[in-house]
Amino acid sequence: MGETSGKGSCDGYDVAIIGAGVSGANIARRLSAYELDVVLLDKEADVSFGTSKANSGIVHGGFHHNRKYLKSRLEIQGAMMFDRLALELDFPFRRCGIVVAALHDDEMLAIDQLYRQGVENGVIGIEMCSRERMLGLEPKLSPDTVGGLWAPGGGIVEPYRFAFSLVESAVKNGARVLTGFAVERAERSGERWTVGASDGRAVSASYVVNAAGLFADEVSRIFGAEEYRIRARKGEYYLLDRLTKARPDRVVFPVPTSVSKGMLVIPTVEGTVLLGPTAESIEDKTDLSTTRSELEKILGSARTMIPSISETDVITSFAGLRPTLGEDFYIDISAKAPGFIQVAGIQSPGLTASPAIGEYVKDLLKKAGLRLVEKGDYDPYVEKRPHMKDVDHFAADGLVKKDPAYGNMVCRCERVSEAEIVAAVRAGHTTLDGIKYFTRAQMGRCQGGFCTYKIIKIVMRETGLGWDEITKRGDASRILKDTL
Amino acid sequence: MSQELVCITCPMGCRLTVGKLDDGGLSVSGNRCPRGVAYAEAELLDPRRTVTATCGVSSADAPRLPVRTTAAFPRERVPELLAAIYAVRIRLPVRRGTVILADALGTGIDVIATRSLG
Amino acid sequence: MKELRYDAVVIGGGAAGMAAALELDGAGLSCAIVEREENLGGILVQCIHNGFGLIEFNEELSGPEFAERFEDRVRGTGIKPYVGTTVMDIDVSGGDKLLYCYSAEYGILRMSCRAIVLAMGCRERNRGNIRIPGSRPAGVYTAGLAQRLVNIEGYIPGKDIVIVGSGDIGLIMARRMSWVGCKVHAVVEILPYPSGLTRNIVQCLHDFSIPLYLSHLTTNIVGKDRVEGVEITPLENGALMTEKAFTIACDTVLLSVGLVPENELSKQVGVEMNPMTNGPSVDSRLMTNVSGVFACGNVLHVHDLVDYVVEEARRAGAFAALWLKGERAKLEVRVKAGSNVRYVAPGRVDAEADNKIYLRTLIVKNDATLEVRVNNRVIKSVKKTHIQPSEMITVSLGAKDLAAAAGSPDPVVEIAIS
Repeated sequence: MGETSGKGSCDGYDVAIIGAGVSGANIARRLSAYELDVVLLDKEADVSFGTSKANSGIVHGGFHHNRKYLKSRLEIQGAMMFDRLALELDFPFRRCGIVVAALHDDEMLAIDQLYRQGVENGVIGIEMCSRERMLGLEPKLSPDTVGGLWAPGGGIVEPYRFAFSLVESAVKNGARVLTGFAVERAERSGERWTVGASDGRAVSASYVVNAAGLFADEVSRIFGAEEYRIRARKGEYYLLDRLTKARPDRVVFPVPTSVSKGMLVIPTVEGTVLLGPTAESIEDKTDLSTTRSELEKILGSARTMIPSISETDVITSFAGLRPTLGEDFYIDISAKAPGFIQVAGIQSPGLTASPAIGEYVKDLLKKAGLRLVEKGDYDPYVEKRPHMKDVDHFAADGLVKKDPAYGNMVCRCERVSEAEIVAAVRAGHTTLDGIKYFTRAQMGRCQGGFCTYKIIKIVMRETGLGWDEITKRGDASRILKDTL
Repeated sequence: MSQELVCITCPMGCRLTVGKLDDGGLSVSGNRCPRGVAYAEAELLDPRRTVTATCGVSSADAPRLPVRTTAAFPRERVPELLAAIYAVRIRLPVRRGTVILADALGTGIDVIATRSLG
Repeated sequence: MKELRYDAVVIGGGAAGMAAALELDGAGLSCAIVEREENLGGILVQCIHNGFGLIEFNEELSGPEFAERFEDRVRGTGIKPYVGTTVMDIDVSGGDKLLYCYSAEYGILRMSCRAIVLAMGCRERNRGNIRIPGSRPAGVYTAGLAQRLVNIEGYIPGKDIVIVGSGDIGLIMARRMSWVGCKVHAVVEILPYPSGLTRNIVQCLHDFSIPLYLSHLTTNIVGKDRVEGVEITPLENGALMTEKAFTIACDTVLLSVGLVPENELSKQVGVEMNPMTNGPSVDSRLMTNVSGVFACGNVLHVHDLVDYVVEEARRAGAFAALWLKGERAKLEVRVKAGSNVRYVAPGRVDAEADNKIYLRTLIVKNDATLEVRVNNRVIKSVKKTHIQPSEMITVSLGAKDLAAAAGSPDPVVEIAIS
């Protein structure tokens, strides 16, 4: 994403948010409802390119964590906000429900505890299930299932599309986004912060929100705020073809351990199946590599719950990093740096909680002295974009008559038309990964084998970028090295 | 002394054993057709390859123009030939079979377009 | 939505689709080709190397030449080619089959027809399919994508290259990348023998002194933004020799790790699949279990020569024409893959007609014998000087050969190699 501006060029802001993942995007969008100048900064080439792009995409069921934790309270509040957000922001979301499958009798003790916790947390519709009830809810479960838990409110979401929509909405309401903005220095003069990027750009703001995910500790240090250390915990995933026979109707969880919710089988909202994540603490916060041994664990674990899972359905694997910091989220006004709000350690259930994080941080900013005046012309809706994959032939006929580019199918596997690619580029997504997350083109079974060259040509045509400026995800990830 | 070769005249890929005869000729075995003998002789005495490549065209939107040699080309001169082909820019339209480089490098072999464009 | 009507619709305008359509047209039937790319010819258009047409034209052509000769033939007929048009949906529930096709040029088309020939070809297996671990930098491409970028668009995707898999496209690309000034550091093959044709090993690797690592697995891809190297580990008796792993520095990994018939549309209309070929199960007339739906070319099973593709496609087109005229197979006999045979296609023969069977062996052998048996009695024996899995074998079986089957109550034809 290049510079996206909802306003004229403006160097001074009321609030600067560092990190355009789901937390930062929710905060920016929430603040855009007020008479404020807001800037959202991200070091990557596009928004949502950090933790938010590679996670399970689950709206959790509210039973995994005790209410004493902030993360639990925000999870429950956030989960309830998704229906309205999906209506306003047109991102893929479905409440398909969550089952937790117990495969041995002794696991039913843990199920009982989860159930009680869910009831205490006020989760609606949560249910302890017999074997028969479980197999009725999810017929693909192993016949070894002895019982389990059912949380009908749990759901699935495309996390990057969620973030893109939030950012689009924020920009529509006046916020500004600066990508490729890696915060390197911060100076306080008077009542304002000046925030400098490694490429020399700078913005100033009265308040700064640190939603920098894996790098929140570094950002905190740059601002002279609290010292803490974010550790990366890697999660590896397998993605299965949408034609797999093993696709469940519900999100399937194993019985959790003390450290992890375990490896899940997720019917993604767009029709594929996701297996994972693993959980492995690592030192390098940029290490997104997958490993043979971890990937083998995923298949093994997933098959205990859904035996029909086959490795021949695998279309890709990937890894994401969770930013971990103690037991709970760390969301607070900094005691050391003035006008600085910490939003750190947002691991699971961060995606679920993120809309509530937006509310919570808005209230913290108010507490810290930010004046909030509602905008008269705030528009919570983003433009709904048609997807050829989802429309019937008659609606498709109407679209193609309006714009023939809807008839040119660029990505055959995920059924994405040229018009949708163009819309992505015009929305500022000019890297191959940005276009992939925005449109799903390159995300299907051929993994871009057929459509990559077409997308390169469309980006060059629409943006005027040269062949040597086409990248996978910005910076040094150039796709082409030379011409003949 | 004998040498092992794989005949590449056709997809059969006959494994040839080539020996030197007293009279200076070659003895070839393992071939399933007479082309194997010809291949072995050529490969040892005068190795040649059909060269396929692309050359540029005058229109920016058009794809590269695929070309090939009309006959197998001396192997050691292939890099020279490729440089000559890459230097060409053809004005469209062009028909399949059009000579792009006549008598390439003085070998008597032509380079022709293998696709019609424009 | 435009409504169109044809006797037959051929899906895919590559060599197979064109060859099948020409037969249908020649039989006096109306026929359309629906092709999703901007021109006919399919993958041949980017296969600018020579070696096509030895059987079909008795000369050595490049891919574009082979394709264009068929295009010229199509142009002279009543066949209507819809290029840049994608079949999105097929409805076979009614009497006529309905195809919903999307195109920028033609809009949304609803074609009705009585017969469909599936000729969608295949796609390349990718990194995810073979599950190579490591990071996910730019610079990992399928060989076919690289071929498209270099041969048609004129872009060079990388300079220092390692090719994973010794399939033909990978070998051809080893030579192509060498010829456009790149350094190909290695070709890595998990099997103990190459997957591509022998001639390509000689012409594309030996000529450029490119090392071929047989029985080696690509165990890691390294690099943050762009590929920086690949880790390669030898296999001994099926076990990874981790301590012997080594890394080759490169900026590009090209994958040539097999092709998969593209049968998503076939599955959508309920066509049954043969798990050995990943293509439809067909009868002796190349018809699937869905009446009036035929299949040929790489969507049926992956061929190594386009000449065989068009031969098979012509048969499919001719059979579809006969079917449209009401003719049905007479005496269907099941064909079984015997020892050392991976698959036979089609899996049935007509005992009262001339049949052509394509098969692949599981073994590499000189002086092999192929035997066709009916109810365990040898009816045909063919000597093969050399066989290997990457080279397809063809067998013709006529009514005379199959006389024994015709007279038997529950006949099985078995093809075995020893």
